Amino acid sequence: MITAVASMSALGLGLGLLLGAAARRFHVEMPPVVDEIEDVLPGTNCGQCSFPGCRAAAEALADGAAPVTLCPPGGRETVLKLAEITGADPDAGTATMDEALPLVAFIFEDHCTGCTKCFKRCPTDAIVGASKQIHTVVTDACIGCDACVEVCPTEAIILRSKPITLRTWHWGKPEQRFGAPVMGRLS
Amino acid sequence: MEDFALILLGTALVNNVVLVKFLGLCPFMGVSRKIDAAVGMGLATTFVLTLAAASSWIVETLILIPLGLGYLRILAFILVIAAIVQFTETVLRKVSPGLYRALGIYLPLITTNCAVLGVALLNIQAEHSFAESLLYGFGSALGFTLVLAIFAGMRERLAQVAVPAVFAGTPIAFIAAGLLSMAFMGFAGLVPN
Repeated sequence: MITAVASMSALGLGLGLLLGAAARRFHVEMPPVVDEIEDVLPGTNCGQCSFPGCRAAAEALADGAAPVTLCPPGGRETVLKLAEITGADPDAGTATMDEALPLVAFIFEDHCTGCTKCFKRCPTDAIVGASKQIHTVVTDACIGCDACVEVCPTEAIILRSKPITLRTWHWGKPEQRFGAPVMGRLS
Repeated sequence: MEDFALILLGTALVNNVVLVKFLGLCPFMGVSRKIDAAVGMGLATTFVLTLAAASSWIVETLILIPLGLGYLRILAFILVIAAIVQFTETVLRKVSPGLYRALGIYLPLITTNCAVLGVALLNIQAEHSFAESLLYGFGSALGFTLVLAIFAGMRERLAQVAVPAVFAGTPIAFIAAGLLSMAFMGFAGLVPN
């Protein structure tokens, strides 16, 4: 029993030390601005910017290979912060962007005819309904993709910002990570 | 010498990890849509599997057997394999950023590949020596890469033909996998067990 615990702990400790040493020894010097940009991005790795994850997007932003307006979930606030860090012009493309809150579809039930057109188009099955029955949107599943808005014959669907409920409310991100050094801006 | 050649042939073709031992089926279905991705995954797996087979042999002979801890084999092997993958990723990132980018997400995915753990365990079961373990791992990985590349080629062609609606997509891929598996049964008996 004790040999088992001791040997496995030793193995884990040894491998951990090896990995730690390797991380130190083979550390790839990244410009600190990449970390700074990554802190500003939402960190959900949603892929809407067409980069594989927020880290890759941050690297592209630091290289200047991507516009500061690349992050739809981040919204206006993120664009402004990114523009401040990279020194790019925040107004380029921001005019078409909405406020930071994510959008979801909403069906005006007195206009809905129950035609099931939106129901068939929804990529995430977020619309509940049947033929000749009034449809409704499952807010948690809706991704605000706009597909249903286009097809509605009675214009009963709009996109509106997601209502904040007790379940969806959360603390805002802290301004600065604990212990992270305050880094100078590029511009 | 002849033994080694037989091990290589036997693991790559006759007792193929994917089609005969049914290990590593997840990347077989998941990463076989495009031939480039399949070859990338195959090469990354080859690298990790060979290293994992060797290091798990070392752990088995130097730690588990002398201390009589055979029952901790799976735990110890997973620990070692995960550490190797992480170590490889760290080193690759520094030494060869091009290869690091090419392997990309496949490298961490291999940590949870059952073929890697399976081959390490099969090595112990068959009581191989160090050199044999190394070759067994390498041969299995070669077979894995070969099958993945062939299957990706088949799926690329399948994507271009008119498949009946009921079979379109994954079902026809499963049927193709079955046919490929039967084709590999032709190798059975090529190497005496």
